[in-house]
Amino acid sequence: MSQPFIKVENVSYSYDEEINLIPAVSGVSLEIEEGSYVAFAGRNGSGKSTFAKLLNMILEPSDGKIYISGKEIDVNAMTDAELMETRRNIGMVFQNPDNQLVATIVEDDVAFGPENLGVPSDEIRRRVDDALKTVGMSEYAKSEPQRLSGGQKQRIAIAGIIAMMPKCIIFDESTAMLDPSGRREVVDMMEKLNREYGITIITITHYMDEAVRADRVIVMDGGRVVMDGTPEQVYAEPEKIRAAGLELPQCAELVCRLREKGIKLDGCCITPESCAELICRALEVTSNE
Amino acid sequence: MKSISLGQYYASGSILHKLDPRTKVLLGMLYIVCTFLCKNIIAFGLLFLSGILLIAIAKIPFKIILRSLRPIIFIMLFTVVINVFWTTGDRLLFSWSFINIYAEGLYNALFMAIRIIMLITGTSLFLTYTTTPIQLTDAIERLLAPLKRIKVPVHEFSMMMTIALRFVPTLIDETERIMSAQKARGADFSNGSLVKRAKALIPILVPLFVSAFRRADELATAMECRCYHGGEGRTKMTVTRMQGSDITALFAMIVFGTVIVLINYYAAKYGIGYTM
Repeated sequence: MSQPFIKVENVSYSYDEEINLIPAVSGVSLEIEEGSYVAFAGRNGSGKSTFAKLLNMILEPSDGKIYISGKEIDVNAMTDAELMETRRNIGMVFQNPDNQLVATIVEDDVAFGPENLGVPSDEIRRRVDDALKTVGMSEYAKSEPQRLSGGQKQRIAIAGIIAMMPKCIIFDESTAMLDPSGRREVVDMMEKLNREYGITIITITHYMDEAVRADRVIVMDGGRVVMDGTPEQVYAEPEKIRAAGLELPQCAELVCRLREKGIKLDGCCITPESCAELICRALEVTSNE
Repeated sequence: MKSISLGQYYASGSILHKLDPRTKVLLGMLYIVCTFLCKNIIAFGLLFLSGILLIAIAKIPFKIILRSLRPIIFIMLFTVVINVFWTTGDRLLFSWSFINIYAEGLYNALFMAIRIIMLITGTSLFLTYTTTPIQLTDAIERLLAPLKRIKVPVHEFSMMMTIALRFVPTLIDETERIMSAQKARGADFSNGSLVKRAKALIPILVPLFVSAFRRADELATAMECRCYHGGEGRTKMTVTRMQGSDITALFAMIVFGTVIVLINYYAAKYGIGYTM
């Protein structure tokens, strides 16, 4: 059994210990396998974003240990090169696309990461072209980001991370500021990167419809992990999800309400298709009776 | 979104556009030197012709050049007037009470006018019409690179310039948004005395600054995530190299300067034309 890609042991974090007596993250322990697709869900202030920032050392845990590929990450004990390597391996895409693009031309922005890493020029050129092709933005290579839509800008930001060839990409509410079509673009991209390129995807969101598409959903509340499992397992307990301040995905909500009305539905569902099937089966059963 | 063009970059794809930006910075500087080297009427004539030739090479419409000269009309008129009325010489052309106009005065006024026009046209041809602002900051960074040895933060300076340029349109959008928001709450920016209007800007500036700081903070985090750690060990995607055309252009400019100096010397020696 190989060691987990990310291993977190009893990690806590407080922003300002004197003002905030309640830590933003408290005593979180979990493991994330390489190549998995994990969604962190939780209401505002549940500590999910803070937790993500701990993983690529933007923040340092006040307590506990984090291991990446079996190696403990600790700012004080690491050399700059090791720190850079960790950050290169764990890319991060943020919420506001405007505030993470550095250059005035798309391809220059994508090149920013590899340039920082000191990659040779022709190699950067190749990576930038590949990354733009991956996110389907090749034809915009010479455009100015300010002329692009939110979804397109976010795809440029993703390309900028891909060009650094990370093992894992964290999406910190990257869809929160986008319109529905932009959200779809970005979520499709996450799925593609995970399935086709084997990149570990960690997405932080409060849209349940997005979390459902992951292989594993971790629900956080008050800085703690309150639920952890496959989407089916997590949505099988609607009360707990509501207690964490979240809404069920629409189809799960529908099934849940039907059950409350006394209609017998077996199993659980998270996608519209499985939901339709479930209801059809239930209708067949009633018509047979 | 409306288009906000920074500088006055005019994409005509001329030879001048394709030169290495560093060459253009150097050419611009040399051209300034040339305008100040001119002393003789023949030299000034040559300078004027060179300007027209450069405009033709850069394929920039005259209309655009003339528009860029509009802001300096006042300064030009001022120097012309000063030169016409205050220069004294041997050839008195016109005299009335305390006003004496000499031929030398007229010449000097003409020379100063040509000098100012060529100064503006020449530098903007090399530095703004044919070079994008980003190319320019890049060129300055590379030209000043030797200063890094004496701890001048050249890279940091150029990164700041790049980011500033990147955020100008973003912040203009933001300003418009805040202005609309304040207008919706009854703010009035167009009426009242100057002081009143200046005061009306405070509710725009405060949120603008707050958001600019928030953006800066987020951008810094995003840059850290992308392994930014200053200029050390950084590479560039596009490395422009000085080519034959760059060398030729620089050589031509030096020849031009030499010719001007020679004209000055011989014209003064043999008394051809007017020398200031």
